[in-house]
Amino acid sequence: MNKLFLSAILLGMLSACASTSDKGQGAASVEDKSLGQKSAGASTQGAQQQGVAMDPLKDPSNILSKRSVYFDYDSYSVKGEYKPMVEAHAQYLKQNSKAKAFVQGNADERGSREYNLALGQKRAESVRKVMNVLGVSDSQIETVSFGEEKPKAEGRDEASWAQNRRADIVYQGE
Amino acid sequence: MKRNIKWLLMACVMVLAAPVHAALTIEITGGAGNQIPVAIVPFAAENTQAQSISGIVAADLTRSGLFRMVDTAGVQPQPHDPAEVRYPDWKSRNAEALVIGGMTPRPDGKIDVRFRLMDVVKQSQLAGFSYTIAPAQLRATAHKIADVIYEKLTGDVGVFSTQIAYIVKEGKRFELQVADADGYGAQTVMASQEPILSPAWSPDGEKLAYVSFEKKKPIIYVQALKTGARQALASFKGSNSAPAWSPDGRKLAIVLTRDGRSQLYLINADGGNLQRWSDSAGIDTEPDFSPDGKWIIFTSDRGGSPQIYRMPAVGGAGQRITFEGSYNVSPQFSPDGKSFVFIQRNGVQFHVAVQDFATGQVQVLTDTPQDEAPSYAPNGKMVIYATEINRRGVLAAVSSDGRVKQRLSVQAGDVREPAWGPLLKNQ
Repeated sequence: MNKLFLSAILLGMLSACASTSDKGQGAASVEDKSLGQKSAGASTQGAQQQGVAMDPLKDPSNILSKRSVYFDYDSYSVKGEYKPMVEAHAQYLKQNSKAKAFVQGNADERGSREYNLALGQKRAESVRKVMNVLGVSDSQIETVSFGEEKPKAEGRDEASWAQNRRADIVYQGE
Repeated sequence: MKRNIKWLLMACVMVLAAPVHAALTIEITGGAGNQIPVAIVPFAAENTQAQSISGIVAADLTRSGLFRMVDTAGVQPQPHDPAEVRYPDWKSRNAEALVIGGMTPRPDGKIDVRFRLMDVVKQSQLAGFSYTIAPAQLRATAHKIADVIYEKLTGDVGVFSTQIAYIVKEGKRFELQVADADGYGAQTVMASQEPILSPAWSPDGEKLAYVSFEKKKPIIYVQALKTGARQALASFKGSNSAPAWSPDGRKLAIVLTRDGRSQLYLINADGGNLQRWSDSAGIDTEPDFSPDGKWIIFTSDRGGSPQIYRMPAVGGAGQRITFEGSYNVSPQFSPDGKSFVFIQRNGVQFHVAVQDFATGQVQVLTDTPQDEAPSYAPNGKMVIYATEINRRGVLAAVSSDGRVKQRLSVQAGDVREPAWGPLLKNQ
């Protein structure tokens, strides 16, 4: 897949994203996208260079060691700042066709448990869609939701809730 | 190694029916405006048993908030048969109804229990029953007596013989438990180190459907309460959740994400004949069947915020039915099908509310701030729900007019996800 084609798809995806998100995903997201592509490329190189010495998924200096996408309240759109990381994982999955990733969606504790389960699922799906657009096959990704059941932070404040509105990328066998 | 893993898995998920020592305790925090004054005389020979049958009846009636117990001390001799009743004694105490009875142990170890409900004003008998029971059936018999009294004096069916299911979380351990409606006799149905959600009673009261994360993702199981036998009802790719039985018990509405978004599906109770039911651009979840089986109501964010929708059970377009506020979730039909209970967010608080189908009128029933998962008693007079007090999960109940309030808690841990069981036949 050439870069131009990729950009065209990315652009299509982002506009789709903007039309379903709550607010403010307008022109700025185009900028996010190009930024994301650059970082994705850079990190893939990093993975290859250090692959012999250290598992790129665990190397703290590698973007692939970052796994979490955080979301706004009652929102499921992937914010621009997380795109480089998601794109790096997409590249990794494409280069490692035997790798399988789970995207685990989470929600903060407020409100209905079942609705939060669905919201977590939708967040995981948003991350999967970004990866799909970058050419990752569905056979390599399974999305699941933990809803509000597995909070990372136990506090009852916005700082804790923000930690829990999250999707994590976890590789099979981890 | 393989064997170790197997044992570990077995330890993680124990399916059992063990008695639980920490019973639910119930505290009444409000009462109806017009309570019926009832005098319950200690039954003849009831002190031959470990538990006072008249005490259990009195506790049931008191907990409903609809009755006021009249002091019986000082009336001598205490009557146990109609011929022994002197009505002026009870009129002077302003009792409107009088409950008398007795117990006779039999040579075979069983007990004969008899009781009568007397109308003090009309000086006549309203009801009278006798039972031959094993000593272990004493509490159940007391609940039956309370049901008779409740029905005769209020005109509504009593729910003292019903059960409730709920989830207890203690540390990292989750338990699905079932207890009598008065909190006694709690039994663990299923225990796991992973979350358990959304218990739903089959209409015959013999099975529970629930969502378990024991395989690291939400899967719906159906478990028979008597035998403990269970099967995975829905274990498709993605999340499987929000089970709701059809009134005839033959199908369940469930929520799957196997096609991407959370959408409603219909599945036979044996796991066969899966059909997709809703097809919307958003989240569809928390389905509930109308008592006549013709409608379902559910939560959907297809319009931008989570709201409650109604759709014909044969399928078709959903119609939005909640309009107040930006967060209305977890709907359940009232047993008469005329209204539904749900959770409404007001500012930063979440309350139990009821909406009438005919008028669209909404009444907020609670003032506790973090309410979830409302579930109607099968007579429609009370709603049990989960809330939080001092950062602990507790169950609470409120009458459907908002006047009577109860709080149910366990000694340790968080209690949540209550589901009030059905009225059982043959009782």
